[in-house]
Amino acid sequence: MANKVTINEDVCKGCGLCTTVCPKKIMVLNRNKLNTKGYNPAMVDDIEKCIACGMCAIMCPDSVIKVEKE
Amino acid sequence: MQVVYQKSPALTDATLNYCPGCTHGIIHKLVAESIVELGVVDRAVGIAPVGCSVLAYEFFNFDMVQAPHGRAPAVATGIKRAVPDTIVFTYQGDGDLAAIGTAETIHSATRGENIVIIFVNNAIYGMTGGQMAPTSLVGQVTQTTPYGRAISAQGYPVRVCEMLATLDGVEYAERVAVNSIPNIRKAKAAIKKAFQNQVDGKGFSIVEVLSTCPTNWGLTPAEALDWLKDNMMPVYPLGVFKDRSAREGK
Amino acid sequence: MAERALMKGNEAIAEAAIRAGCRHFFGYPITPQTEVSAYMSKRMPKIGGTFLQAESEVAAINMVLGAAAAGVRAMTSSSSPGISLKSEGISYIAASDLPCVILNIQRGGPGLGGIQPAQSDYNQATKAVGHGDFHILVYAPSTVQEMVNTVFKAFDNADRLRMPVMILGDGLLGQMMEPVEFPEIEVTQPDKPWAANGMRGKRGKNIVNSLYLQPDKLESMVKGRFERYEQAKRELPEAETYLTDDAELVIVAYGASARIVRSAVESARELGIKVGLIRPITLWPFPDKIIRDIAKNAKNILVVEMSMGQMVDDVRLAVECAKPVSFFGHTGGIVPTPAEVLEQIKGIAGGAK
Repeated sequence: MANKVTINEDVCKGCGLCTTVCPKKIMVLNRNKLNTKGYNPAMVDDIEKCIACGMCAIMCPDSVIKVEKE
Repeated sequence: MQVVYQKSPALTDATLNYCPGCTHGIIHKLVAESIVELGVVDRAVGIAPVGCSVLAYEFFNFDMVQAPHGRAPAVATGIKRAVPDTIVFTYQGDGDLAAIGTAETIHSATRGENIVIIFVNNAIYGMTGGQMAPTSLVGQVTQTTPYGRAISAQGYPVRVCEMLATLDGVEYAERVAVNSIPNIRKAKAAIKKAFQNQVDGKGFSIVEVLSTCPTNWGLTPAEALDWLKDNMMPVYPLGVFKDRSAREGK
Repeated sequence: MAERALMKGNEAIAEAAIRAGCRHFFGYPITPQTEVSAYMSKRMPKIGGTFLQAESEVAAINMVLGAAAAGVRAMTSSSSPGISLKSEGISYIAASDLPCVILNIQRGGPGLGGIQPAQSDYNQATKAVGHGDFHILVYAPSTVQEMVNTVFKAFDNADRLRMPVMILGDGLLGQMMEPVEFPEIEVTQPDKPWAANGMRGKRGKNIVNSLYLQPDKLESMVKGRFERYEQAKRELPEAETYLTDDAELVIVAYGASARIVRSAVESARELGIKVGLIRPITLWPFPDKIIRDIAKNAKNILVVEMSMGQMVDDVRLAVECAKPVSFFGHTGGIVPTPAEVLEQIKGIAGGAK
């Protein structure tokens, strides 16, 4: 069972700060999706690699990310 | 499953009005989390400034007062003297604290008011569209220094922590930054310590937080983190400038 | 039995504030009201209250804002130039629906002006003490005893109507010493469930704020406030009348000027001149109905102020231009004499009969 990262996509502003701190480089902006505000929301590309360090969530200025460890 | 990180309950559901990648949001989280962890949400009163964070009263989930520009430390003094067991903090930008509010900043510090000041220093005036701040760097291009801040015309930036550390009334003054995870962790520790000081009745505590303004610096959020590190940190070194209790072995 | 003491006006007001339940005073020295701070600095620490000499009048009014926001009775005091400094803070206090009491012991202006008494801040107090659409209650006592009584009314009405209240005195009233009794009344302060003093596990968050970026919301906030102002206009206008029943010349004057005019009225009556005095006690809300009703039976109105003429415009409005309104005054800190006022009376009403 993988760790869990929940992203509130419609509050995300697509700032990309989370993508700069993920040690596994699995946090990206979803270029194929626009949220209701017109931003590309963050997404986890390959959750299996997630180590639930929480750094993406710590960095997020808008508290859109919830990280849970199995 | 065990929660590693989630939104603090001391933040409301309101969407923050800050620009994408502005680090105000990170600082809000550190303040909210500290207040929750110290168990003082029910006694907390925050004072919102004039500036990008004028709407902070919408974002924190406890009593808030909106103050005139620069006057937050005086408003804080009034609240704290009126109801001494409140946990009072101001949240101010560089114009609010170091331009129009300079007198209120210095005098609340020298009086040793038992309050916390969170000073968000991003070297620019964000809300009004990017004018020079007292903390703007020499050579920095802003809306009102289109040729770069010139020493001959606009003088030098002001180092608030260093200045306030000279005042006997100050218990604790530390400068931190939120441009990286290690720095965010240290910033959290400093902010929590400032609030702990108030809980313990130790007196005036200020945490200056180097912060980004991607929009008015003309950079992406990620580039802004680097600009902070490369340009602001040499002028505004991180560290503890005053810790009276530590010095006195308390 | 109420104790009676001979007290200087500035000090009597300070003592009255304490008796009215004020435990938080934020001041700054400026002539001619510095005694208020000096008195508070001695009394407040003895009763567990706060006296704070702020770094400026600006800081002081903002400390009042904070203390009022936290739900306590708070007061500041200053004189003319210092009141100008408080302008922004008073606007914010009014716009945040907070109560407070502000004392202005007027001095000669404009600018640094002089330190002698004046009444040249009438317009500032009643029309434009700060930016935006708002009012503050303005009381104009004319004796030290009346200043004391007014302080109790000021705090009560400030709390009840959630607005700033100004007591408009002047250097004469502040410096003079008169016998005074402090009312022996039980002071009850209303609950303030809106105050920002910590949720305490008993309620949700409170916000004390004056920013409303949505125009329709801001309009509705201002209109709501003006409904309370209408309530004040219905309930609070006050004026004292003296020998107005048969007066052909009615003089309108407030504060220290009214005392001088009263002497002149007495002298004029001895000469057979039918003159009377209306002494507004509330300057806002202005007692226009009282003035209009009395003016119906008069031939002339004279307004006497220690200024270039500020209240005279409100008297003209109250009288609705139905009767001639003239003005006499001095400014710069000069106090008119009863003899000068008597000359004015004779000039308008004719000499002795």
